[in-house]
Amino acid sequence: MKQKKAFFSTNLGIILTGLFIGIVAPTLQKFGNPKNMGICVACFERDIAGALGLHRASVVQYLRPEIPGFVLGSLIAALVYREFRARGGSAPILRFTLGFFAMIGALAFLGCPWRAWFRLAVGDLNAIVGLIGLFVGIGIGILFLKRGFSLGRSYKMKPVAGWMMPLIMIALLLFLIAKPLFGADGTGPIFFSESGPGSLHAPVLMSLGLTIVFGFLAQRTRFCTVGAMRDIALMKDFHLSYGVIALFVGALIMNLIYGQFKIGWQGQPVSHNNALWNFLGMALSGLAYCLGGGCAGRQLFLSGEGDTDAGTFVIGMIIGAAFAHNFGLAGSPDKLVEEQMVIGGISTAGMIAVVIGIVICIGIGFLSRDKIESRA
Amino acid sequence: MAENRIDARGLSCPQPVLLVANAVLKNEFPIVVLVDGMTAEENIRRYAESKNLKVSINHHDDEAEITIAN
Repeated sequence: MKQKKAFFSTNLGIILTGLFIGIVAPTLQKFGNPKNMGICVACFERDIAGALGLHRASVVQYLRPEIPGFVLGSLIAALVYREFRARGGSAPILRFTLGFFAMIGALAFLGCPWRAWFRLAVGDLNAIVGLIGLFVGIGIGILFLKRGFSLGRSYKMKPVAGWMMPLIMIALLLFLIAKPLFGADGTGPIFFSESGPGSLHAPVLMSLGLTIVFGFLAQRTRFCTVGAMRDIALMKDFHLSYGVIALFVGALIMNLIYGQFKIGWQGQPVSHNNALWNFLGMALSGLAYCLGGGCAGRQLFLSGEGDTDAGTFVIGMIIGAAFAHNFGLAGSPDKLVEEQMVIGGISTAGMIAVVIGIVICIGIGFLSRDKIESRA
Repeated sequence: MAENRIDARGLSCPQPVLLVANAVLKNEFPIVVLVDGMTAEENIRRYAESKNLKVSINHHDDEAEITIAN
């Protein structure tokens, strides 16, 4: 037990974890998940929001089992290693807001930090612009952290609070299996896309099983794509980044093996070539994740080990996705129309939303200083 | 010199290790940090070991007291 614990916190532990998800994502794509989106936390939460009817973008509605898989895998690890601790109360509404705008930014770019790396590993060069934006956003977050940014302490809660997110995830899985139909006009309340990315998915048990394993590993190793960039800039600590590099290398190799690799800027699947908004969208996301204490995936793993503040961030992301589609804020991909490449991008409303998000997140950064000084 | 106590319980990443790093820069040893999660504990231990500092950890219930000395 003690040795295992030590193993997971080593560099090799995090490299193997990153490699695992790097192999799994292109494999899920091979087996049916959307193109260049083997796994994407933001996109999949958006699909869940759609499946629940919170938005009616008919091409992105599916109860993705990967999201429950991550939370439940982390729950299992936390229970096995006695790390499950119900906790919360660290500015929940600010965490909700950060999650909300993390999603607005992610959907302007069309992906979470994981998908940015996966998109790069499949040859989508727009991901480079997104990753630079992510790094800049995290950099702004670091400036706030250095001047004492804090959302305040979380406190121990009753275990039932920590179980809420896992229970919600189990409910989503039950909806996925039962596909209940008792909506007003004979459709819903659960919606499944008949075309578009939402209609593409790998076998449920395969997605669920592999993501439970990854959730377990990620809980043990604290895998985090935002923490990776943050720790390098803040403390020259490369530990978490080894996991991200392994994710990228694993995905690149698998995409070459599967013949999924296609390099280019335009017409990449579920991607647009509008550099400015790829950059700004991910900068907004990066700032929100950095202030929220972890990337989209990490918030799921924390939710699984009883962190209700992370759970609030996740719910903020899901609601943010609903708003993004209902208000027409999300990016639209490049499209071939009569042999002509039409470059996608985001609507004027989307641009305004991203700018509002940046202003609000910077405001939260400025106004959330905490004096937790050391006591001599 | 009096020991430097830091209460990092309930703080999100990366604040616990950041507080420790600030204390290390100020050369205020020994540093005693109270944490309530394994992530903060591992981060602080990794940071301190990378600076070749001596780390000892006492666990009680859900919390850990980490002592860092040079």
